[in-house]
Amino acid sequence: MSNRSSLGAKLIAAPYIVWSALFIIAPLIFVVYYSFTTADGSFTFANMAELGKYAPTFLRSIWFGIVATLICLVIAFPLAYFISQKTDKVQRTLVLLVMLPMWMSFLIRTYSWMALLQDTGLINGFLSKFGIDPVHMINTPGAVILGMVYNFLPYMIMPIYSVMAKLDYSMVEACQDLGGNRLTVIRRCIIPMSMPGVVSGITMVFVPSVSTFYISQKLGGGSFDLIGDVIERQFQQSYNYNLGAAISLVLMVLILICMAVMNHFTEDEEGMII
Amino acid sequence: MKIFSKLYTFLVFLFLYAPIIVLIVFSFNSSSSTSMFSGFSLQWYKALFQDEATLTALYNTVILAVVSSVIATVLGTAAAVGIDKLKKGPFRAGVMATTNIPMMNPEIVTGVSMMLLFVFVGKIVGDGAVLGFGTMLIAHVTFSLPYVILNVLPKLHQTDKNLAEAAQDLGCKPVSAFFKVVLPSIMPGVITGMIMAFTLSLDDFIISYFTSGPGFQTLPIAIFSMTKKRVKPDMYALSALIFVSILVLLIIYNIAQQKSEDKSKKKG
Repeated sequence: MSNRSSLGAKLIAAPYIVWSALFIIAPLIFVVYYSFTTADGSFTFANMAELGKYAPTFLRSIWFGIVATLICLVIAFPLAYFISQKTDKVQRTLVLLVMLPMWMSFLIRTYSWMALLQDTGLINGFLSKFGIDPVHMINTPGAVILGMVYNFLPYMIMPIYSVMAKLDYSMVEACQDLGGNRLTVIRRCIIPMSMPGVVSGITMVFVPSVSTFYISQKLGGGSFDLIGDVIERQFQQSYNYNLGAAISLVLMVLILICMAVMNHFTEDEEGMII
Repeated sequence: MKIFSKLYTFLVFLFLYAPIIVLIVFSFNSSSSTSMFSGFSLQWYKALFQDEATLTALYNTVILAVVSSVIATVLGTAAAVGIDKLKKGPFRAGVMATTNIPMMNPEIVTGVSMMLLFVFVGKIVGDGAVLGFGTMLIAHVTFSLPYVILNVLPKLHQTDKNLAEAAQDLGCKPVSAFFKVVLPSIMPGVITGMIMAFTLSLDDFIISYFTSGPGFQTLPIAIFSMTKKRVKPDMYALSALIFVSILVLLIIYNIAQQKSEDKSKKKG
């Protein structure tokens, strides 16, 4: 009985399988191919050998990525908790407000930060009214990290909130009944139970932060090259596809390693998104 | 504690909305500066509607989002139905792992990898200018597919397998059993997937940047080339309009949801 039409039903996935082989797998093979060839197609290790030059950039990207992710976590966790404590109606409104900025071009929002952060910008103009000397903010590492935190904060809030909204509150009450004070309840009960959301939030913020290239150009003024900037330049300015492919390959592997380390700490059966 | 939580929530939202408030305010600026407000004017809104290049880019963006989300939804829903039927094993695991790649990989790597494929194929075919609408469409469908599949699969999981068989026992052909019984029950997942595909496509800059050619520009690409020099406030005007229209849509959606909830409460 159940075999009836099951072959047909399996075949219905065939177009997708062909599509993903052509446009997901094949492009990655090309990244590997270009990484180990010269411009005229002969095998070489030269691209990989050249990567040593970019080690500081790789380190800076990972360092900025980690800092931005941690700041997002510190900001998002209490916010997600506060939102989850509100009534259903308020919760829904606040969640929409968290997501709303993501529907606007992140390019234009990042550009708008420039107006805020400039030496003669809006924040310094505001400070000067109180007689505070202008603070140099733009083109500093702090500005780049601020751009990352700003752009990717919703990716941290959403997964943590969705776990917290579904938390079993009888557990929280049990914890209180057993004599836990407010902090103990949060530390021993709410934090462990929200871990799945925290983990997906961390990956959703870390990956785009490490690989970004626009934020660093605009808010870092070009003096804090990240690995994304280097890749972008190879493909859009110096047209050195082979070196660009090699850097992309290493970036991909590095991120895979980071994710594997992350997943090592938390065992989730089916991968979850949001 | 109450006051603290309110203040905290307010400050985070202030942070999230500060640049948006800035750009809305400066879209009404009477000079072209984006940091000095010199007076109220609607000139940038007028300029926007006379700016052919921006309007073309906006039109291109919408067309690409519609076409790519429809293709991704059809292909992805079909794929989910097929994957759901696959036995657990290395083949299914392989397909699922492949599906996850575009979501896990940094966008820049996805963009670059597709660019390499297109450029390589272009070289073989002898077409130096392969990059354009076609390549962008392929790229957008590819990065949208996982979101459709992962939204439809759980719904298929919840659907009673016997339903489709019952329909077939009652004389339905497998295809019409699918359209009459299975599809309605997975529809919420299909629609969520499609909306996600649509918004991802509208917003995408990084992957588009590497797969687009000079002949076909979307709004994010146009904005990017503008921010290389100086952004004129007409871009702010456009962003403000987009912001307001999304805000209105969300409010309508919220009210509609509230009403349907109230109704079901009354019934219950």
